[in-house]
Amino acid sequence: MEKPKPVTQAAKAVALAAVVLLVCVPFLVIVSTSLASTDEVVANGGWVLWPTQPSLDAYRDILDGGIVTHALGVSAGVTLVGTLLSLACTVTLAYALSRPGVFGGRPMLLLILFTFLFPPGMIPSFLLVKELGLLDSYASLVLPVLVNVFNLVVLRGFFQGIPEELYEAARLDGAGDWRVLFSVVLPLSKAALAVVGLFYAVAYWNSWFYASLYLESDHWPLQQVLRTYVVAGSGLTDATTGEGTISAPQTVQMAVLVIATVPILLVYPFLQKYFTKGVLTGAIKS
Amino acid sequence: MLPGLGYFLLFHYGALAGNLIAFKEYVPFDGIWASPWVGTGNFQRMFVDEAFWAAVLNTVWIAVLQLVFYFPVPLALALLLHSLTRSSIRRFVQSVAYLPHFISWVIVVALFQQLLGDTGLLNSSLDGMGLSTVDIIGNPDAFRPLTVAQVIWKDAGWGTIIFLAALAQVDEQQYEAAAIDGAGPWRRFWHVTLPAIRPVVVLLLIMRLGEILSVGFEQMLLQRDAVGPEAAEIIDTFVYYQGIVGGDYGFAAAAGLFKGVIGALLVYAANKVAHRLGEQGVYK
Repeated sequence: MEKPKPVTQAAKAVALAAVVLLVCVPFLVIVSTSLASTDEVVANGGWVLWPTQPSLDAYRDILDGGIVTHALGVSAGVTLVGTLLSLACTVTLAYALSRPGVFGGRPMLLLILFTFLFPPGMIPSFLLVKELGLLDSYASLVLPVLVNVFNLVVLRGFFQGIPEELYEAARLDGAGDWRVLFSVVLPLSKAALAVVGLFYAVAYWNSWFYASLYLESDHWPLQQVLRTYVVAGSGLTDATTGEGTISAPQTVQMAVLVIATVPILLVYPFLQKYFTKGVLTGAIKS
Repeated sequence: MLPGLGYFLLFHYGALAGNLIAFKEYVPFDGIWASPWVGTGNFQRMFVDEAFWAAVLNTVWIAVLQLVFYFPVPLALALLLHSLTRSSIRRFVQSVAYLPHFISWVIVVALFQQLLGDTGLLNSSLDGMGLSTVDIIGNPDAFRPLTVAQVIWKDAGWGTIIFLAALAQVDEQQYEAAAIDGAGPWRRFWHVTLPAIRPVVVLLLIMRLGEILSVGFEQMLLQRDAVGPEAAEIIDTFVYYQGIVGGDYGFAAAAGLFKGVIGALLVYAANKVAHRLGEQGVYK
């Protein structure tokens, strides 16, 4: 193909730079402000782009025990347990639905896909959780969202892409369903498992609404704490640091934001290379 | 597979059956099953409730704005990324653009507050330069454009992934053949690229139309306090405030059921239209 015109190329470069900056600058401002000293933030009118005297005061204040530390533990626990349970249920279900000739496979699939078209609604779900006695238990954050239809369809599509010969070979060697799943299917599905696992983990980590619905405030995960103290603007500093230490609210708010975002930023680079492979092979086929 | 199936039976079909409450007056002590029937009373109340219709109108308004202003952005971005010849740059921009999708709405809203709120980055800069400040967060008139901007920031990058996949499947030879036939870049775009991604565009458009009554519940709920219900009330927040907050469970469930039924009908209808147009649609 011929070379594009210089004007087009310049326009493209500008557009791409704009995309990158629009995503990166907000994060930079948040991180910088959380690391700045109180005086500098106040002098600068509430935020800084690059702290001249970096300090970890804001982090020390909020991690000094109290609400944020506890919420961090809740979030980590729910994310870990929830992701493992969800993956286990999704993998077994997807495997069963991906094999031809499973008893009732087709009706089961339709039954599940229907839930995608017609979700039950907030009030009935809430009343169900209430009547099951799950209110104010961490199970209420995990069980009602255990299997995600989209993730299920992605995994099923991926499993179906595995050549039939491999299944037959394993069968001939006398492997049962569990053996086939663990020794043949899963090792070949690492990309899809990584992506689906990430989706689940992110969903659990980011969830706040169910927590606000089902849990008492002393059991809240990090996002709900963030919502209450940063978005709604209640006084976080008083509650966590006690009397005496007064931190600039701005730096503390930014620090909570950073703590809530960092885990995602940490796992993201390792998993994002699988996105295209994992999501699309599964989703496009089905 | 039993745990997974059990989950669907209990938490989806169990909850689906719980929609019966829309025809009852919920008494907490009696539970869903023993509560007294009120027939279509909840629906009758709903259809004459002005606040409900205001929420419906708001929902549709916001959905239409998102359809017009958000929907084309991922497509444009995908075409831009696809046209890049250097794959290292493309991969870098893709990684950056996908990222906000994984950030929770709480953080996105907090971010926008910190940047555009009255003491945020924008206003303190304006103030520093001696200019008058603008109220964006907490201004009901600015709320709709603001929500569209938030959706674009959060999900436009991620939305490119499916278009990029469709573009990647276009046969390179078709471009070469078109080029040999004397087609310039625009003609190639028009006759090769667009037809190739048309099914995906139609598919996403249908899905979006089917979900027209679902516009970011979390996004609206988080900001409803700041701008007031006149601007930010959608059907889902209406259900939340009537039911969970107000305790009027039967009434709220009726509104939720209304939304679910209309949504399902819309998907069904849109899919029919897609088949008429000779596209594959969501299902057959």
